Formats: sequence, structure tokens, C-alpha cells
Amino acid sequence: MEEQDAQKGLQQELIELLSDASNRSPASQSKEALDRLRRHKVKHPVIALSSTTAGMIAGSRETRQAIEKYLSERDIEATLIANGSLGLGTEEPLMDVQLPGKTRLTFRQVSPEKVNDILDAVFNNFVPPEHVLCQHPNDLHEPWENVPCIDELPFFEGQQRVILGNCGVIDPDSIEEYIAHGGYHNFLKAIRNYTPEEVCDMIDSSGLRGRGGEGYPTGKKWKNTLSSSAEQRYLVCNAGESDPGAFMERMIMESDPHSVIESVAISAYAVGAQKAYIFVEGEYELACSRLQGAIEQAKSYGILGHDIYESGFNLNLQLHQGAGAYVCGEETALIASLEGKRGMPRPKPPYPSRRGFLGHPTVVNNVETLLNVPVILQHGPGWYSRIGTEKSAGTKIFSLAGKIERSGLVEVPMGLPLREVVYKIGGGIPDNQQIKGVLVGGPAGGMLTYNHLDTRIDYEEISELGGALGSGGLVVMDEHTCILDTVKYYMYFLQQESCGKCIPCREGIRRMYEILDNITQQPHQEDSRATLQRFKGVINLEKLAQVVHDTSLCGLGQRAANPVLSSIRWFRQEYEEHIFERKCRAGVCQKLRTFYIDVDLCTGCTICAEKCPTGAIVGSAKHAHFIVQEKCISCGICYDVCKFGAVISK
Amino acid sequence: MEQIARILERYPFVERENLIPILQDIQREQGYLTEEAVKQVGRYLSLPASKIYSLATFYNRFRFYPLGRYHIRLCRGTSCQIHRAGDLIKKVSETLNVDPGQTSSNGQFSFEVVSCMGACGLGPVMAVNDTYFTQVTDDRLEEILASYLETQP
Amino acid sequence: MQIEIEVNNHTIGARKGETILEALREHGIQIPTLCRLEDFTPTGACRLCVVEVEGMDRLVPACSYPVEEWMKIHTHSPRVIEARKMIVELLLSNHPDDCLYCARNGHCELQRLAEELNIRERRISGRKNSSNLDLSSPGIVYDPSKCVLCSRCVRVCEETEAVSTLDFTGRGNTTAVKAAMAKDLNFSNCIQCGQCIMVCPTGALHDKSYLEAIQQAVSRQDVTTVVHYSPSVVVSLAEEFGLKPGKDLSGLINSALKKIGFDQVYDGTFAAELFVMEEAAELADRLDKTEHLPMITSACPAWVKEMEQAYPDLLPHLSTVKSPEQIAGSIIKQFCLESSDRGQNDIFSVAVVPCPAKKFEAQRQEMTQRGISDIDAVMTTRELARLIKLFGVDMHAIEPLEADAPFHRDASAARLTAALGGTTEAVLRTLHHQISGKDLRNPKISRMRGTKNTKSTHIRLGEHNLSLAAMSPLEKVREIMADLQEDKSLYHYLEVMACPGGCINGGGHPFYSAPKTLRSRMKAIHQNDDHLATRFVHHSQEVVEFYRRYLGESNGEQARRILHTRFTPRDVLL
Ligand SMILES: Cc1cc2nc3c(=O)[nH]c(=O)nc-3n(C[C@H](O)[C@H](O)[C@H](O)COP(=O)(O)O)c2cc1C
Ligand code: SF4
Ligand code: SF4
Ligand code: FES
Repeated sequence: MEEQDAQKGLQQELIELLSDASNRSPASQSKEALDRLRRHKVKHPVIALSSTTAGMIAGSRETRQAIEKYLSERDIEATLIANGSLGLGTEEPLMDVQLPGKTRLTFRQVSPEKVNDILDAVFNNFVPPEHVLCQHPNDLHEPWENVPCIDELPFFEGQQRVILGNCGVIDPDSIEEYIAHGGYHNFLKAIRNYTPEEVCDMIDSSGLRGRGGEGYPTGKKWKNTLSSSAEQRYLVCNAGESDPGAFMERMIMESDPHSVIESVAISAYAVGAQKAYIFVEGEYELACSRLQGAIEQAKSYGILGHDIYESGFNLNLQLHQGAGAYVCGEETALIASLEGKRGMPRPKPPYPSRRGFLGHPTVVNNVETLLNVPVILQHGPGWYSRIGTEKSAGTKIFSLAGKIERSGLVEVPMGLPLREVVYKIGGGIPDNQQIKGVLVGGPAGGMLTYNHLDTRIDYEEISELGGALGSGGLVVMDEHTCILDTVKYYMYFLQQESCGKCIPCREGIRRMYEILDNITQQPHQEDSRATLQRFKGVINLEKLAQVVHDTSLCGLGQRAANPVLSSIRWFRQEYEEHIFERKCRAGVCQKLRTFYIDVDLCTGCTICAEKCPTGAIVGSAKHAHFIVQEKCISCGICYDVCKFGAVISK
Repeated sequence: MEQIARILERYPFVERENLIPILQDIQREQGYLTEEAVKQVGRYLSLPASKIYSLATFYNRFRFYPLGRYHIRLCRGTSCQIHRAGDLIKKVSETLNVDPGQTSSNGQFSFEVVSCMGACGLGPVMAVNDTYFTQVTDDRLEEILASYLETQP
Repeated sequence: MQIEIEVNNHTIGARKGETILEALREHGIQIPTLCRLEDFTPTGACRLCVVEVEGMDRLVPACSYPVEEWMKIHTHSPRVIEARKMIVELLLSNHPDDCLYCARNGHCELQRLAEELNIRERRISGRKNSSNLDLSSPGIVYDPSKCVLCSRCVRVCEETEAVSTLDFTGRGNTTAVKAAMAKDLNFSNCIQCGQCIMVCPTGALHDKSYLEAIQQAVSRQDVTTVVHYSPSVVVSLAEEFGLKPGKDLSGLINSALKKIGFDQVYDGTFAAELFVMEEAAELADRLDKTEHLPMITSACPAWVKEMEQAYPDLLPHLSTVKSPEQIAGSIIKQFCLESSDRGQNDIFSVAVVPCPAKKFEAQRQEMTQRGISDIDAVMTTRELARLIKLFGVDMHAIEPLEADAPFHRDASAARLTAALGGTTEAVLRTLHHQISGKDLRNPKISRMRGTKNTKSTHIRLGEHNLSLAAMSPLEKVREIMADLQEDKSLYHYLEVMACPGGCINGGGHPFYSAPKTLRSRMKAIHQNDDHLATRFVHHSQEVVEFYRRYLGESNGEQARRILHTRFTPRDVLL
């Protein structure tokens, strides 16, 4: 009961704080609460465990149980928080510990077994160096000795966290913490101090461009909608991120859901929409439940709903869970899906900003695009446009993955050379391997080679090289990655995800897949005619890709050609090796491999002959074995089972 | 049937926009969609059954068959793919005799290939019901599958 | 607003807001289309209509892209032609190569595209989708392997017929057009109107054909082959032989059918006369008792099925009269050959009809006697043309003949039943006489004519103040049925036809009927009526005689037994 009253009181104070947005210094009675929420002063130790999907997959649920057990067994009074994520995926689960008066510490890869050791040590004022990642320095707290500050870590040093500031720092489930960290102030500022036109102007002059792929100027899109004389307008926040290998949006929604809601609210105000949707893949269960919770909290604070803080502005915000279709990221397909239809794109024009949801003008923006809006309001368009490059203002968030030392979520200013991201932030390729290339922008993007590492990442530069910034996946490939296999994989993905409406995409992508598949298979009887046929396949592949690019209805088909065209452009040699020499230098295309047994290394252990599914290996015990090539199906089992490295693949 | 009626009550506005949420609710509660569900929802929203079936077959996550006792999800995001998830998919299919998107005939296993689980740094990632496995190798996969095969009646 | 655009280096005029395609067509510039359906919103799915617009990165679809002033368009540049060619090749790479055996051989749009685009080499090949042939339905065969997913059938089924049997299922390259729960057509809510066949560009949807059985029957000596044809067939067959659309071919049809070998050739108009008589008598009876009003026509079997499945509680409103085709079927087997020494089992009765739904109807259990169907085989107008060609009959050389008695009534008001509104017009004439004992002074009821999809008229008849309406296609009927369900309808008589414009636009007529052709067919029907000596079915000598000899009173016991039927609710997934 008491607790409930206290909670109510706090809500009251925070609301007051909000209603008085210009006055950021709180009344004295709420000072204490704010200090607590901002973790400026903590009474008891605070333990925050990253509980995003990535954290959970890495085992944070078990870790949490271990922590709970630890605390209850020892009867320690501490606050345990389900935290967002700092974005450093490879070090998950991350656990933060803040002792009263001391700076906050972050520990890495905290598996359940490590909990006791770490907590024992920390509670005894000792930081086990092998487990600690960093500390978060701050004027108010006493720093730990010999613990690196977060900004000194190479992963964070090169980043500029304009949008991700709250991620992994605040409790995603607490609107109070969000408000205490300055949240919703920009929304109130917008609806109180500015007209929608003025907000649109600010966004326009900030130079913000869409992060969803096309890079269309956001201010222009908004003004276009605002100027339409319609009774009803809609805003749709596109968080449908279903690129394989992209997880930025999911992580943000899981770590800082309120910022998404604030961004959407400001944007809805700016475009004159009274109803807004956030579209999230239903598969992102955690993101959905956090967003839904956040919406409820915002409603109870009067931040969403009718006549918000007496501004006369109404906003009904709804979460729409996608049912699994990559193409629903495309805006017209997304709108169809919202309307309860098959998510099939339709021809544009008319653009959604004229005829969108239920026929009304609708702005569809990517969630990352929108997340920039409160930042622009807070710091001003001038400040914002100075970040990044002249034509691409601001920062861009990438999900860095693949063959890389440190993978995760990174936010960097536009225009940063790719090399910095891969080597400085990402720490380069593991095992001292050579980098082969980088896949930029998911299946709809393109491929860059190591020669392009000095490319500055912005819309223009990337598209000049035949790629597309897309939604921001950066997947690094090393020499053990086969280009053709990767392109084939993308084509496989896209042919499954094509909506099936238009012919070039529906039929074309699968044929491209088949041509690639053909190239990576060992034909049984190869004569010169067959080789020629395969070469013809490649010639047609380029033509086909061009037609698919030229004629497809929506971006899926149009961009499906990108990986093919850019890989042919930059890795032609690898194609030719596959076609003429029947060789996969990465050793990935199994069916192309030929295996030999090195007689000098073979000990005649017979294991390979036993395991060979076709009985292609002959030889007697203790004598060198031999592979009958006619029988070999290139499955590679012998290669895997040989303990002496005697089986060689060519 | 009553269960569906109860779900429909949550959507007092008879609007097509509610179709996907309704089907999601039904699937959440019943595990999968049935002809009866299609019929009832169609009546409720005044939509032809073909529209509902058409919509449900468009999206990946609606299904018209129950999941297996063990639902295996394997990530084939780009990063997992680069870490050879493709081979694992084949292995799961072969070992359990279920193709992606299917449930084995004895109802023990169902298999789903997902496009990104959100832990690209730890790939290949796989999940059996709610248990996650990271950095799954060929051998590891064999062990995991064997442990579930053992628990079969 | 008039603007100017540049096409292939020439300046042409265009209207702001129209699509590139419309502008091009107005100037006689042809570009191929496949998914486009006149009068429907463009879907932009096939991409065959793409053109090159200077300054734009990609090709744009002419069917859906609006013209703009600055445009410089190239409709046949090498890039455009290559793209169109490749798109058709892609379709072909997933198409069974059996054109020579295909129902649409020679009438196929895909074939024509491949021809026009000069495709001579197989540059792309690959795995083809496998699918099952759906032969379940009596009227329509669906072969998904030939479907190019243009969605024309889906749009017609939904937007014209409001039945929505067909829709896309699945996604990507496994997308297929199917009924709900992937049921076969016969177990779906398909009403077999055949409008989908009319719009399908390929052989994916085609007639279920009984020609083989018909051919065999005409060659047999031991059976009497009887054929009758519906009034609408008379005005639509001409197109198949390059004759003027709408031309009345009844004489030539009689002659051709005789040449093919049918023993008896009947003009179905006579059955339509009996239909009108019964309909008027039943309506008079219902008006008298004021029950089950409005009475709804049951001549269209597609509509009857829709009633049975979608409005089972309203079935008492359906008139119980059989369709003219089935009336013909039953009287042929019952009476017409009574003078000959052959029994019913020796008759092989064939109907030439405007739509596949009549094939379905002929197989209904209600249309059988002791397990034997009244009509043994049914063919559509298209199939009649095929049969005529198969038997080498030259329609340009033969002399017209009269049909056999008593079915030699080509000149009759009952012909009107072929066009929407005509049934109402003919029935009203007879009803008027039945109730008031007098004939209408001006038998032409203009409000029941014309190309509109809903027509209505009001008339004072004795103590009755009658409202009658005719409507088609089924999309137009929904609202009134909803009213009826709430007991709100103001009408006394509703003529419903599933096909837009009535039987003259049925799903069994020649392909590619332009709206102009339809108007000619309708005009032919109305002109025929305007020039009749007697425009009242009830005054027809043959009809009166037939009732006297065989049927007794119209709507009387004997007439009801033979000319009426019953309906049962159907439980199908809607
Ligand atoms: C196949 C396809 C998938 C897309 N997926 C997404 C997506 O997942 N998220 C997104 O924001 N935009 C996606 N887009 C781009 C959207 O169509 C749209 O351009 C974007 O939401 C506009 O927002 P922006 O202006 O803020 O970038 C996709 C486009 C295509 C063609
Ligand atoms: S390009 Fe592909 S996804 Fe886009 S409309 Fe065409 S078929 Fe559908
Ligand atoms: S069946 Fe015919 S009309 Fe229907 S989508 Fe296929 S090709 Fe088009
Ligand atoms: S006719 Fe234009 S896309 Fe098909």
C-alpha cells in the first residue's frame, strides 16, 4: 500500500516535471527520486543484467537465477534490474554492478558460474580484471582503479552515440527512468512550443534522410503529407527489420522502448496524424512486449491519448505485430498488411504520403529515422547537420556481424571510413584471417571488397559502388567465405521472401539462384559443351539481373539484383574459378571439391574408408589409402574424419 | 469454438485491420489455425474464407498444423550463414526427417528456419522450444539432437 | 487538362491524370499487357507494359504510371524489348511446354506474346512448379501449372461476382491461385459462372469438355441424339466465325448441327417460353397469397448455387421454376419423342449453353430421373464452334434451316431472357395478362433495357403496386440481399443473373468480347423482339397447344411436377 502511494507520488512529480518542460531543475521533493532514477545516488547496490534477446540467447536467464540465488542466500539487499543492451553482442551476457558511491561497472560474458566470483569480489571492493569490461565514469561517483572507462574501449571509442545513449544504461521497463533521463521533454516541447510546420521545417533543415534504405529526405516527405488537405492522416513507424543479419532495431526497441514512442509521438504531431502505428515483427516477442508495456505506461502518464497536456493534440498509438514477411518492410506492402491484407506492394505513384493507410495520406518512416527526431529537437537542426557529411547528416547505426572479432550494434557518424568500423570498432577479423569483403545493407545491398575499405559510409558513396546502405547490416567476410555461396544464399532468401506478385522478381530471382547453384555444383560429365552452357548461364545471369533490376515492381526485386551485379563486378575472378576451374577457393562449395589422400601423411588408419558413404576409398590397414574419384560425391566426410590431415581438398 | 468466440469479443470493431491480430491470438491460444477458425473469423469480419486463407498462407508464421513437442528453430541470418548454418539445416532435416516448415509425422519435432534470431555475434544460433544454443557446430548439433531423440517415448 | 509528352521522338497530346498506357493507346501505339483488365484498378504485376522514360533509373509500367508533362518515353527501345522478352521467357521457363495439346491453343495470350516478342531460343530454364490438375468441378478445369498469376480471375471473382472463391495463396514462387483451405473447386464456394475462364489469358482455367462423349453419341445409330441451344448462343457464335458480332445465327446453327449428325435440333427458345409462362404464373400465385416476396429468379444456376450456400434462409424466395435449359432437358426426355419407338434411355440429349454453370446444373441430383440426367452432355458456345470446325462444316457456305418442332420458335418474346432485364420484361407481359386479362398496350419496357447493371420498374397491376428489378453481376446483388435478410426489400420480383448483362455475357461465349460486342448481342436480342408479330408468350400457338396436350394449367400440378424443382441449403466454406 505504502509502496503504491509512493509510486503515485512519484508519478505526480514526474508529470509535473514534464508539464514544466522548460524548467529542468526539479522541485526539491522530487530531487531525491530523480537522483535515484538517474542512479546518481543509490542506496543499495544495483545489479543490471542485460536482458535483450541477444543477452537471453547468450544465457542471461540462467545468470539471473544465479544472481537471485546469490542475493537471497546471503540476504543482500540489492536492486536487480533487467537492463537493455550496450550493443556489444559478442560479450553478452553483460552484467552491470553499481555500488553506492562508486561508478557503475560492466562485466562481460557473465555465465551463471561466474556470478559468485564476480559478486563476491565486487562486494569486497575488488574488481576481477578477467571478467570486467569497463566502468562508466561520472563526476558524482568515485571511479574504480585499473578498470578501463567505457570510452576507452575501442568498440565504443569510435562511436558517436547520439541515439543509443540510453541503451544499456536505463531500465527499459521504467518510464520514470526514461523521464528522469530527459525523456519525453522533447515531445512536450514540440507540442507546446512549435507548430507542426515548424517541426517539419526543423527536420527539413537538419538534413535528416530516411534510414530505411532509400535515403529520402524526411522533412520533404513530411511536408508533402502535411500539405495534403485530408481529414485523417497516419504515421507508421517501420520497425519491421527482417533483414537476416540485422538486429539493430530489435535491440533498440528492447533496450529503450520509450525513445521509440517519443519519436513516433513527435513525428505524428509534425505530420498532423492522430493515429500512429508501430510495425514490429511479431517474432520479436520481447521487443513487442516492451513496446506494449511502454505504450501503456505512456498512456497512464497522459503522454498518449486525448488532449495531451492540454495541447489539443490527440494521439492514438498502436503496436502492430507483423506475421512474418520480409517484404512487409516495403511501405506499400506494410500498409496492406496493416489493413489486414496480404503484404503485397502496389505500384507507386500514388505514394503513401498521398494515398496510404485506408486511402489516407500516410507517412511511413523507418524507426531509426524517427529516433533522430527528438535529438534534432533537443540540439537543433544546425547542430545535427554538422554531424556526418554534407549530404548525409547525422549518424548511422549498423549491426556489425560475420567474421569479426567484436560484433554488435554500433552508431557512427555518417562518412566514417569502412575500415574504421571493421578494424577499429570491430577489432578486425578473428584468427588473423584476411578480409575478403563486406556485405552492406543485407540481401538488398551489395558487396564491397577490401579495396573499398576506405570508402566513407554514406548514401552516395555506397550506392556508387553498387551497394545500398539498406537498413544497416554490415557483415564481414573473410577468405573462408565463398562469394558465390553467399550470393546464392541471398538469392535463396529473396526468392522465398518475394511476394510473388510480379514476374521478374518471382521467377527471375529463383532462376538466378538456380544459375548460381549450377555453378557451384560439380557436373557429372563435363565436356566442353557443358562448360560453355554454364558460361552462358553466367552471361544470362548478368542480363537477367539487369532485367530484374529494371522491371520489378518494388524494391525487393529491384535490389535483388544488387548482390549479383556487384559480386560479378568485384569478384569476377571467383566466378570464373568456379566455372572454368571448378574450384572454390574458400572451400565452401562442397560439391566442387576434389579430395586426394596424401600418401606420405596417410597412416592407413582406415577410418576414412569406413566413413565414406559411397565406398569410394580403397586401401588396406596400415597402408596408404586412395580415393576413387568416379565414386566420390565430394561430401567431405573423409576430410573431416582424418586425424592426420592426410586428406587434402583441392 | 467458444475459445474463438471469446477471442473475437476482444475486437468489438468489425474491421479488416483486426484480421492479423485476431489470427495471431487464435494461433497463440490454439497453437495453429483450423478451418473452423477461418470460418468463424470470416463470418465475424464479413470476409470470404478465401481472403483469410490467402492472408494466412502469405505470412510465415501462420500455420495450419500443430507444432511438434520439440520445436526446433535454427537461425539462417547472414552471419549464421557465413558460419555455416546451411549445413546444420541439412543435418537437422536429415537426422529428424523433417523439412523446414514441417512437423514430423509422429508429432515429436517441428522445424523452422528463421531469418535472424538477433544474436548474430554468437552464431550459428539454434533453439529447441525455449532453450537456446549458440555457436553450434556440427558435432554439437549431433549431441543436442541425440539428447532430444532419447527422450522420445 | 491537356498536356504534351514525347513518345518515340514524336510529340503527342495526353490528358493529365491518365496513365501512360491510355495516352499511348489513344494514339495507336501498342504495347503488350498481361495483367491488365479493362475497368479494374491496375495491379502492375506482369511488368510487360514497361516503357523507358528518359531520366528515370528503371523502366516504368505504363498501365499504372500517370503521364507527366516532362516525359520523354521510348516504347520499343532495345532495353525495353529485351526486358519484355526476358519477362516472357521467365514465364515460359515455368510453363509446361504442351501448347499443342492445350485447350487454349491458338487463343492464348502467352502464346501470342511469345510470338510477338519473337522468342526463338530457350535462354532460361530451370525447375518448374509442380501442381495438381483440378478436374473436380463439372464446368471448370483448373490447371495451376499454366497459371501466370495475373490475378485477373481473382479480381473478377471478387469484384464482379463477389463470390471470392479464388485468391492467391502462399508467397513467392510457390504462390498459387486457390480456393479457401486449398479445396478443389467442386468443394469450394465456386458458382461456376465461368467469368474467370473469360479473363484467364492462358489455359489455366478452361472448360470441362464433354465433346468426346458428344462426338461418340452422334456417330451411334442406336441412340437418338437431340440437341438444343440457348437463346444467347444464337447471338454470340458469329464472332467465332468472323461474322458480324450479334448476328442471329439460329438458322445456320440448326443447319450445322444437322450436318454434324444430330437427329433432332431444337431452338431452346421454346423452353424459355414455357419458363416465362411458369414464372408469370408462380409470381401471380405468390402475389395472390402475398408470400415469399420478392420472388427471385432461378434461371441462373450460378446464382442458385450462391443462394443455396450464402442465403439458405432466403431459399423460399427463389422461384421454383427450372432454368430454360433444364425445362428443355426434361420435356425432351418426357414428351418430344413419345411418337418415336425409342425410350428415354435411347435418347442422348445435348445442350449448348452460355456458361459452365449449366454443366454443373445438368449434374444436379434434382435434374435426374431414376438416376439418369435429363441432359446427358453440355457444351458452351466456344465448344460448339470447336465441334463445328471439327466436323468441317463451313459456316459461310451452308444454308440456314429451321429447327425441329415444337422447338422451331426462334421468333419469340422469350428470347429476351438472354439479356439482363429481358426475363422481367417477358414475364411482366404475361403476368399483366394473367392478372388483368388484358395485354400491355406498349409491350416494350424500356427501363428493362440498356447496358446498366441494375434496372427497375414499377407498375400498377390490378390491386397490386409492383416493383420489379433486374440485376447482375452478383456484386450488385449483395446489398439487396442484405436488405432482404432484414426483411427490408421493397421489391416483388428480382431477376438475378450472375454474369454482367445476363446470359449474353456468360462465361461460355467466345473469348475477347469487347464491351462493344456485348452491346451488339444485346441489340440483336432487343431488335428481334421489336420486330415480332406477337410479343406475348401466352399468345403463342405452340405454347398454348403444348400446355393443352401435356402440361395442363401453368403452375398447375402436372406443370409443377415437370417444370419445377427444389433447392437445398449447401454447407460450403464461404
Ligand atoms: C523489400 C523491402 C524491404 C524493406 N524493409 C524495410 C525495413 O525492414 N525497415 C524499414 O524501415 N524500411 C524498409 N524498407 C524501406 C521502406 O519501403 C521505406 O522506404 C522506409 O520505411 C521509409 O522510411 P525512411 O524514409 O525513414 O527510410 C524496405 C523496402 C523494401 C523494398
Ligand atoms: S518485386 Fe518481388 S516483392 Fe516486389 S512486388 Fe514484385 S514480386 Fe513482390
Ligand atoms: S488462373 Fe488464369 S486468370 Fe487466374 S491468375 Fe492464373 S493465369 Fe491469371
Ligand atoms: S499490364 Fe502493366 S504491369 Fe501488367
